[in-house]
Amino acid sequence: MAFKTEPMTINIGPQHPSTHGVFRLRVTFDGEVIVDVDPIFGYLHRGSEKLAEERNYVQVLTLTDRLDYTASMTNNQAYCLAVEKLMGVSVPERGKYLRVMAAELQRIASHLIAIGFFLQDLGALATPLMYCFRLRESILDLFEMLCGARITVSYMRPGGVFAEPPEDFWPALRRFMEESPGLIEELENLIMENEIVVVRTKGTGILGIESAIANSVSGPVLRGSGFAWDWRKADPYDIYDQIDFDVPVGNNGDNYDRFQVRMEEIKQSFKIVSQCIRQIPDGPIRTELPLVLRPPAWQESYGRVESPKGELGFYLVSDGSVAPYRCKVRSPSLLNLHVLKELLVGWKLADMIVTLGSIDINMGEVDR
Amino acid sequence: MDSFLENNGMYRGIYCYFSGNEGNAAWCKGLDGILPLGWEWLGYFIAGFTIMLVLVNGALLGAALFVWGERRILGRIHKRRGPNRWGPFGLLQPIADLLKLLIKEDLVPTIADRVVFTLVPVVMLMSLLLSLAVIPFAHNTYLADLNVAVLYFVAVGSLSTIAIFMAGWSSGNKYAIFGAMRSVAMLISYEVPLVMSLVGVVLIAGSMSMVDVVNAQHVPFILVQPLGALIFLLGISAELNRTPFDIMEAESEIIAGYHTEYSGIKFGLIQAAEMAGVLAASAVLATLFLGGWSGPVFSSELGAVWFLLKLTFFAFVFIWIRGTFPRLRIDQIMAFAWKFLLPLAFINLMSTAVEVYFFGFYNASADQLGVITRNELWVMAAINSGIAVVAITLFGRVTRNRMETEPVRLHKFQSAGTVIGVN
Repeated sequence: MAFKTEPMTINIGPQHPSTHGVFRLRVTFDGEVIVDVDPIFGYLHRGSEKLAEERNYVQVLTLTDRLDYTASMTNNQAYCLAVEKLMGVSVPERGKYLRVMAAELQRIASHLIAIGFFLQDLGALATPLMYCFRLRESILDLFEMLCGARITVSYMRPGGVFAEPPEDFWPALRRFMEESPGLIEELENLIMENEIVVVRTKGTGILGIESAIANSVSGPVLRGSGFAWDWRKADPYDIYDQIDFDVPVGNNGDNYDRFQVRMEEIKQSFKIVSQCIRQIPDGPIRTELPLVLRPPAWQESYGRVESPKGELGFYLVSDGSVAPYRCKVRSPSLLNLHVLKELLVGWKLADMIVTLGSIDINMGEVDR
Repeated sequence: MDSFLENNGMYRGIYCYFSGNEGNAAWCKGLDGILPLGWEWLGYFIAGFTIMLVLVNGALLGAALFVWGERRILGRIHKRRGPNRWGPFGLLQPIADLLKLLIKEDLVPTIADRVVFTLVPVVMLMSLLLSLAVIPFAHNTYLADLNVAVLYFVAVGSLSTIAIFMAGWSSGNKYAIFGAMRSVAMLISYEVPLVMSLVGVVLIAGSMSMVDVVNAQHVPFILVQPLGALIFLLGISAELNRTPFDIMEAESEIIAGYHTEYSGIKFGLIQAAEMAGVLAASAVLATLFLGGWSGPVFSSELGAVWFLLKLTFFAFVFIWIRGTFPRLRIDQIMAFAWKFLLPLAFINLMSTAVEVYFFGFYNASADQLGVITRNELWVMAAINSGIAVVAITLFGRVTRNRMETEPVRLHKFQSAGTVIGVN
């Protein structure tokens, strides 16, 4: 017997507990099954790119903090790389190490948020989220030691980093490095084998490798689909060529793989940070540059990093003045959303929320 | 009426305090009732009213206490403190919450069906309070000793399904409709294994009366009926929409499900009904599977204490499950009910029926099933535990494979903007 059912259109968001900010999805349901998805964004548009044209090169740095506010360090890094290319300056070795260390700590913190909210979307009542936040707090405490801020850090500067870490930073970092892998392992033991997590995430939200590449998806979403692509390996910036780490890759491109890739990347980041602690040389932390940078006119540069969400790039054009002529942000969150329709259509409402969580978007970065 | 008074100690105590006289000396030992002769009907009325008042307020106060306990224990599970500002250990927090809800504006959506919308909290709370009537809280202490108490509990409990559907339908909100559709599909499915799991208990006790079930538990039925207890626990958590079955008010999916549009004290009442529902379920679990008010020592004197201890244990189990499990998807929940719980319930029922047939006949008098003795209960416990382990392992393996196969995509994405069906 066939029922005649009418499709129902629902607005998921912009005010919704699990759209990770002010993201809006206009979804058409046939019962519980999604037949059409129409993502609408722009609710958090602050005109960061335009604002960058009104500020000098160092001031723009503070705008980058507010793009992906869960990963400010990597935003700083990408922007600084772009400015350094524009100016043609190099960074002292110690500065590079400090940058990589901070960026990898930030990657851990960002992935912890991604995993925590992913499990929250699965319906685990805040317990894994709180476990993740416990670890993230200690990373933010380390950032506070480094630069006085926890979220909007502005730690890196064109030419190096803002300041030499205080003396009590190193013992605190070592203590963190001793305690944290155990906590990650605890989290892993609690959730990775959980029957409901496995049943809910395995085989749902499958993203094929071809369409991932065709839609220029990057980051853990791309690696979850089985394509080993990481700018830290493909085009090593700062000192990633001197560091030994692996790039985790998934097999099926489903939610579970993306989740697992993030979990594994956290461990690799710990590995990178511990190598940095061992290898970091003495010396200056920053190339001395004038306070107001004035790059040569009509130059362009593109600085990119592997941010926790994917390839984050800053494209800068100079016009000889103190402010960039154009500043374009290639934000991974926005581009990763392009596969949304393919990921969601045909699945159920509950899968939709989980898939959205596994893509790990950040509206500050999507809308800019 | 006389036999009722004779059995129900609480009722009799209050009645005799007011209307004890020569006429009812048989069960009123003290003969100094404070009401004059001829006013016995007032004594009956006062006794019944007092017990109802105690029960209703006890349930609501218990719900408040449960809210506090849940938030504290969830706080511990989350590695944080939970509410601890208002009153000792934050005990007055539910009162503060209630005050906040009372002074909030009570919004009714314009397109809502006003009457149905307003009735929902009443129906929800009513079904819950009615179900408390048949639970014996201590030796000879209950509101009513129905001879169909188990059936009554299930029947009254399923009234909440109607309340939820009323809420979803009358709100005029799509999320609420979603929640209501999910709840009706799920609750009707879970009703079946829930009832089946209780039949085993009824068979062993030989009665549907909760009082008789407690009296029959020489060995706690959780040992004699491990499968039944498990199925009942799972089924009742679905009925109460607790995780992992909380799809009808799944916060991360459909905001608050059926009560999305409720605010103010209506929301408060729905929450109170939900929380007190957990207590009622714990009470029934304690009564049917853990011996109710009977304890190892001082059963008749400290019955209420034993009962509260067992109730607290089950309430804690519910909170624990809520704090640790993610949510299942709707098709998985339905598959779990029909493919896992229902066969298990059948196995449990069959094995119990066979056991009761044999053990019952062993002690049978002429044409009546005999009483199952303590030793026989232990033998049944051993057999049923074995069956439970084997059945759960086997069925778990079967359903697990079933669930881990790739889910079917109903529609295939072809190109931007168009959607085609696969078949």
